Amino acid sequence: MNPHRRAPHVLIATALVYAFLYAPIVVLVLFSFNASRPNVKFEGVVSHFSDRVVMDGSLVKASPCGSFHWYCDLAKNREVVEAAKNTLTIALISTLTSVVIGTMAALALQRYDFKVKPFSQLSLYIPIVIPEIVMGIGILTLFSQFFGVLNNAFGLSGDSRLTLGLGTVIVSHIAFSVPFVTLVVQARLQGFEKSYEEAAMDLGADELTTFRRVTLPMILPGVLSGGLLAFTLSLDDFVITFFTNGPGSTTLPIYVYGLLRRIITPQVNALSTVWIALVFVAVLLLQRLQNREP
Amino acid sequence: MTSQYAVELRDVVKKFITPEGNELSAVDHVNMRIQNGEFFSMLGSSGCGKTTSLRMIAGFEWPTEGEVYIEGKPMGRTPPFQRPVNTVFQHYALFQHLTVFQNVAFGLEMEGATNSEIATRVGRALEMVQLRGMDRRHPKQLSGGQQQRVALARALVKVPNVLLLDEPLGALDLKLRKEMQLELKSLQQQLGITFIYVTHDQEEALTMSDRIAVMSHGKVKQVGTPVEIYERPSSHFVADFIGESNFLDGKVTASSKKEATAFVPALKTAVTGIPVSAGIVKGEDVIVSIRPEKIGISDKRVRNTNSIRGKIANTIYIGSDTHVIVDALDTRLKVWEQNHVSHLDPKSFYTVGEDVWLVLKPENTLVLKKD
Amino acid sequence: MLQRLRENRSLQGTLLVLPTLLWMVVLLIIPLLLILLISFGKRSPDGNVIFTFSLDNYLRLSGYSTDCPAGGRVCFDPLYLQILWRSLTLAFNTTLLVILLAYPLAYFIARAHPRRRNTFLFLVLIPLWTNFVIRVYAWMILLRQEGVINLVLGWLAGLLHLPFQPLEMLYTPGAVLVGMVYEFLPFMILPIFTSLEKIDNSLYEASADLGANSSRTFWRLTLPLSMPGVVAGTILVFIPVMGTFIVSDILGGRQVILVGNLIQRQFLDARDPTFGSAASLILMVMTLVVTYFYTRKFGFGEEIVVA
Repeated sequence: MNPHRRAPHVLIATALVYAFLYAPIVVLVLFSFNASRPNVKFEGVVSHFSDRVVMDGSLVKASPCGSFHWYCDLAKNREVVEAAKNTLTIALISTLTSVVIGTMAALALQRYDFKVKPFSQLSLYIPIVIPEIVMGIGILTLFSQFFGVLNNAFGLSGDSRLTLGLGTVIVSHIAFSVPFVTLVVQARLQGFEKSYEEAAMDLGADELTTFRRVTLPMILPGVLSGGLLAFTLSLDDFVITFFTNGPGSTTLPIYVYGLLRRIITPQVNALSTVWIALVFVAVLLLQRLQNREP
Repeated sequence: MTSQYAVELRDVVKKFITPEGNELSAVDHVNMRIQNGEFFSMLGSSGCGKTTSLRMIAGFEWPTEGEVYIEGKPMGRTPPFQRPVNTVFQHYALFQHLTVFQNVAFGLEMEGATNSEIATRVGRALEMVQLRGMDRRHPKQLSGGQQQRVALARALVKVPNVLLLDEPLGALDLKLRKEMQLELKSLQQQLGITFIYVTHDQEEALTMSDRIAVMSHGKVKQVGTPVEIYERPSSHFVADFIGESNFLDGKVTASSKKEATAFVPALKTAVTGIPVSAGIVKGEDVIVSIRPEKIGISDKRVRNTNSIRGKIANTIYIGSDTHVIVDALDTRLKVWEQNHVSHLDPKSFYTVGEDVWLVLKPENTLVLKKD
Repeated sequence: MLQRLRENRSLQGTLLVLPTLLWMVVLLIIPLLLILLISFGKRSPDGNVIFTFSLDNYLRLSGYSTDCPAGGRVCFDPLYLQILWRSLTLAFNTTLLVILLAYPLAYFIARAHPRRRNTFLFLVLIPLWTNFVIRVYAWMILLRQEGVINLVLGWLAGLLHLPFQPLEMLYTPGAVLVGMVYEFLPFMILPIFTSLEKIDNSLYEASADLGANSSRTFWRLTLPLSMPGVVAGTILVFIPVMGTFIVSDILGGRQVILVGNLIQRQFLDARDPTFGSAASLILMVMTLVVTYFYTRKFGFGEEIVVA
């Protein structure tokens, strides 16, 4: 029996599901090159339009960016640039923090015995079994109550008031990234016997040296893929950011959501296309890391 | 200060909590004194506490009670990197991300040795285990036997006073294992280092060790030289665990320091032997043990020995020996006879159903306490 | 100091886990308790929370109210129950559809040649990591009155000289269902794939050897062995569908209101966090109860971490 034999109905179903997965994305990308402004109908590629003008020899101004007209627009949009900057800042800081503390936690849970271990392990599953919106409003409530108390207690007002912002978003992103980093690194550690670390200590390396010279190099692929996962989760997050952001901390997903409720231009498509391209690269990297054998 | 003992375990207990929440004594009040320069083995089946004992000497575990002394110093909770012992791990635990050279150099780097010193010492160590020219390879590119040698070199390059070996040959095939046994033994004699060797393979322990500790259920059952352990097992367990033996239930009818006689109901006769277990008294229920190769088969009764009437039930030819199964009244005994002559002619050997006498010499018969 | 820390491995472990534990407690557990607390509270006229013990919010969710527009002391309005029921059925339908779509694809990938397997998986990961909001937006373009689907249908009708009236697809329950299925499909494909991939090829050989044809092999061997993946996928799909509000917000307009929308509006528009908290607590209990009974029946697949 050929293990790679495929029945025709499986093949057809597969093709249809892939089509279902990709049709929206293809349309989205295609529309980023749309000539029409209210982005409802596809009215030809921008460059096609401008090319023809050039061939006629007339001096009608074509978009200087050709078919990438909406991409140029995007780069000039200060709100987008600001949102992109916020998104990256949040993702970088929350990823770094969650990688460090998540790796520490994974080590503790995999290599040590202590009283709060079962509780700690269990708490990591909370974000998986609880709807994100509940986490979002929970954190929002925490911040608003806590800030309310502090603002009152210290008589803070105006600009010095504690409000939602980059800080609250970062702290919240760490909360949902840490469990994933921890679980990924833990899985990696599970694949290694404790004896490698014991061998290092047996040869005279203290705990820190053992971690630096033996444990870390061995779990590095796990740490990196955990980090990449955290980074992508943070970039991608809408719900938690939606509830915890404040003035000046708009991220790209929040910005796009805002646009969807107003007028939509192909700029959104251009933004989405850039996004998809970046995701493509990130996923490629992630796969490379995960496929690297221990 | 140098101590008489390289390693000493004094009343050591190690308790673990099982996943079900029960307390388990992996090591239960163990006392051991391992002399300088000795090849000492801990022998037992899995879960007997031998590996846990070794890990407590290495410092990977700490005793729940009692104390481990290395060269006379109490170790307490001294971490592994501060102990003057090194370990060869069961699955070698070679660092996969480092080359052979880097693996062996690791311990010297930790000591802060200079680069040139590291180079010479690693070179010498690799030479000692016959791995010259392999220093740039990664562990994965080596065979099992070669990896084993790297693990050995990595531990020995530190010139420890005591080398701990946790079933180091377990993953090798039989032929290689036998070769390595001899090699390890001669290496130990050549270096004069104390080896503490954990194994579940009795033949391995008998071949290599100066002394063996037979362990079971966290307790030391007997410590002795290979000959003592085999010829004078102090308990039913050890006699059963090491080699093979015939066991007969009996009741002591007479006993002195040198001899004990027990009535064996299964044979409806009294059997005389050496009282190996201490404190055997008259009237006590005992076990009479005799090794299959120590039973003689004769066509007539032999005086002044335990002679038992039997009938050949089966003969099994296994090359060097023939295993003869003999029915004697209510029991069945195994007898191993060496094949001094070839048995090409079936008539040259016992036939099934043949009546014979079994001769159990008192000096080969052991009277043991019931466990 | 250092020596004492060295000798206390339990302290070392505690110190290592501490930052993470702190985060989990402060940002996950305390907020959940806060919601529980607030759900029994009351809303002050200026939209703040008054901490008290009142079951008003839960009564209101169940449809009973003491504030009756038509007079009378107690009246019943099933509005919120309808919303809860709608969310629950939508989550069930979405999960079912997602399983039906994901299974053949996962099966195909798992049995593809190992060298091509990664490429096929990669193709599943791309839509998964493309932003959630962007994916909803893509369906907006497709489903609009003047969107791509109507464009293609119109063009087809034109070819056949048929009269064509653009279909109204956006802002319907169907649009929300399609959007949800699209959003969560990859979350089902991956765990099913993982459990299918684990099935040893010798099992297929044994099954064939024992005389089972391919369809019997599938029903008796493949499907039961891949159940852990289906279970894990169901948890990964069902729970978020119950709580998502963007899909219904954008593709359902004001037509399809789910618990997620209800909660979001209580916190951001209506400014009644106490009622929103009660609603989210009910949402949480609903998902936990469903997950509990579901996993108790089928076990908790370890595939859950893979996605």
